[in-house]
Amino acid sequence: MVEQLSPLGAAYRPGRHGRVNDTVGATLSERQPGSIVQLAAWSGQEDAMRALIKDISGLELPATSGGGTAEPAKAAFGIAPGKVLLIDDTDGIFADYSAALPENIGVVTDLSHGRSAIRIVGPSAEWVLSKLFAIDFTSGAFPVGAGRSTTHHDIFTQMQRSGEDQFDLYVFRSFARSFWQTLCHAAGEVGYEVI
Amino acid sequence: MLITCPYCGPRDVSEFTYQGDGNRTRPDPDSTDLGAWNRYVYDRVNIAGEHNEIWQHSGGCRMHIAITRSTTTHKISSVRAMRDAGPGAGQ
Repeated sequence: MVEQLSPLGAAYRPGRHGRVNDTVGATLSERQPGSIVQLAAWSGQEDAMRALIKDISGLELPATSGGGTAEPAKAAFGIAPGKVLLIDDTDGIFADYSAALPENIGVVTDLSHGRSAIRIVGPSAEWVLSKLFAIDFTSGAFPVGAGRSTTHHDIFTQMQRSGEDQFDLYVFRSFARSFWQTLCHAAGEVGYEVI
Repeated sequence: MLITCPYCGPRDVSEFTYQGDGNRTRPDPDSTDLGAWNRYVYDRVNIAGEHNEIWQHSGGCRMHIAITRSTTTHKISSVRAMRDAGPGAGQ
């Protein structure tokens, strides 16, 4: 596997920031999954696409808006009608789906090098993200596994709640450094750690 | 102003892009009727009240949606996915 080069560059500064002598409100990290793919089903083929995802990745997706599921090494969630973002730590998932996906069901697009994956976890994760995105982050409205497509000042963001206090954010790679810096500024108030 | 996207639920208007008047109908592409094309491109009803509009959830699921919005109060009385809005709607 080719070693990935982070787009965050010098903005990625491991260690404690913000209220350094207080508790950590949020922990920020950059994940580098081997594969990020978008699966788009033709109209009426959504169930067939979900069945294929279950066969290949073992992920069972609810048939709801933004419905998804998250496991430690792979995850998937709805991002639009008939469209799913699938993330896997394994390299080469695009080839698996390309080979297995019949053209009458839908198409797969490889976004592995087009998106950056940023994780925020901690007791103040909801609070920090609420500063940036005008959506409801309470667990009742945004349950574990579910995904959302939204935007922060024109930086398009797809996100999944991958744990009770954990969110994985997928942003365009070319905007990732700017977004990371904004996220760090937003987290400074609660004290954050970069790992 | 909030718009309730059929897929994403209620979202701030800043996530949406206005795509134009939903009352007009595109002439047949083979048509050479200049009057019909002129009306399609330039004529607007400019209603003070319930107005049919096309929007796109460009900062979200990217769905095109047909909206009925009051131009006087901004109250939105109907939101439908364009794919469900029927042939000819706001083309």
